[in-house]
Amino acid sequence: MNAERSGGLKPKHQRLVLVVVALVALVGAGLLAAYALRNQASYFYVPADIAASPPVPGEAIRLGGMVENGSIDTADDGVTVEFVVQDGQARVPVIYAGIVPALFVEGSGVVAEGSMRADGTFVADNLLAKHDENYMPRELEGMSTAELREELQESVAGANE
Amino acid sequence: MHGFANPARFLKIARWLTVPLLVSGLVLSFGAVLWGLTQVPPDRLMGDTVRILFVHVPAAWLGMGGWSAIAIASLVELVWRHPLAAIAARAAAVPGATFTALCLVTGSIWGRPTWGTWWVWDGRLTSMLVLLFLYFGYIALSSSLAREGQPSRIAAIFGLVGAINIPIINRSVVWWNSLHQPPSITMGESSIDPVFLWPLLIATLGFSLLFGGVVLARMRAILADTQAEARLRRKAMQAEEVAR
Repeated sequence: MNAERSGGLKPKHQRLVLVVVALVALVGAGLLAAYALRNQASYFYVPADIAASPPVPGEAIRLGGMVENGSIDTADDGVTVEFVVQDGQARVPVIYAGIVPALFVEGSGVVAEGSMRADGTFVADNLLAKHDENYMPRELEGMSTAELREELQESVAGANE
Repeated sequence: MHGFANPARFLKIARWLTVPLLVSGLVLSFGAVLWGLTQVPPDRLMGDTVRILFVHVPAAWLGMGGWSAIAIASLVELVWRHPLAAIAARAAAVPGATFTALCLVTGSIWGRPTWGTWWVWDGRLTSMLVLLFLYFGYIALSSSLAREGQPSRIAAIFGLVGAINIPIINRSVVWWNSLHQPPSITMGESSIDPVFLWPLLIATLGFSLLFGGVVLARMRAILADTQAEARLRRKAMQAEEVAR
C-alpha cells in the first residue's frame, strides 16, 4: 500500500493485482445479479410457489413439476387430459385439450403454459415435456429384453381378449 | 512460458502439430458420431433422438471452453504481455463461435421432438445465445483492432468481462427452474449410462483435438499475415529510398 512497497512492485505484478481485483469485483457483481434474478429468471413456477402465493386467475403463467403417478385421465372426447402436477410439497390439478408431447408420461417432468382458474385448476394452452438428466437404454431399466418382450406379448394378448 | 514468445520457435512446433491434431480429431469425431448413430441402443424415453447427444454436448462444452481459452489468453496478454496470447485469443474465437452455434442448432432440433418446442427463453438456452452474441462481438472487435493495427487490449478486457457468462451458463439449470434438464455429469459422477457415455467422451476428445488444430492453423495464418505485412512495408520503404 505505501509508496515504498508499490515502488518495489514490478509492473507485471501490479497488472496482475489490478486484473485480479477487477475480476473478483466482476464475478461478485455477476453472482449478486444472478442471485437477485433467481426468482425472475425461473422459467416456471412449481406447485409449492403456487400454494405459497396463488397467482391471479387468468394471468398467463407457466407451471412445472412432475406428473403424479396414476393421475392422467383422458376424457371421452380423446383430446382433453386431466392430470396432477406435484413437486413433493404441493399438487395442482391441470386440464389440457390438445396433442400431448411424446415424452408426456406419468412420473415425468412437464411444463404447462396457461392460467389458473378460480377453482384452483390450471388450464393449460400448451404442454412441454421436461426430460430428466438420466440417459439409459430401454433394456437396462431394470428389465431384460426377454422380460420386455414377455411384457409386450402379455399386453397384446390382454388387448385381444 | 516465454520460451514460446519467440514466434519462430512456436511456429516450428505449431507446424509439426497442426496436421496430426486435425487428422486425429477428424477420425475420432467421425468415429464416435458414427458409433453413436449406429451402435448405441435407443434411450428408454427419447428413443433414437438421444443420438444427437454425441454432437450437441461436445459442441456445448467446446463453445464454453473456447471462451474460457479467450479469457485465459486475455489474462496472460494483460498481465504478462505475452506476444502470442492476443493471437491465440483471436484464433480461438471463430471455432468457439462455430461450436456454440452448432450447440444451439442441434439443441433446437433435439428440443422439438423431446420437449415439444424449438426454442424457449429459459436460463440455459438464453445464456447460451448470449455466449454466441459475445463471440460475434469479440470477433468484430478483435479483427477491427487488428486491421487498424491498434493494440488488442480492449479486446482482451472484453474477453475477460465476457467470461462471467460461463459460470452463469453452467449454473443456469441449478439456480433457476428451466426446461433444460440439470447437469448429467457433475464432479466425477454421471447419470448417463456407460453405453452412451463412452461415445460421448470420445466425441468430446475428437472435437477438442479438432479445436486445437484449427486454433494452431489460425494462429499460423495470423502470424504469416503479420510477417507478410511487415515485409511489404519494408519493401515500400526501400523503394522510396531508392527513388529519392
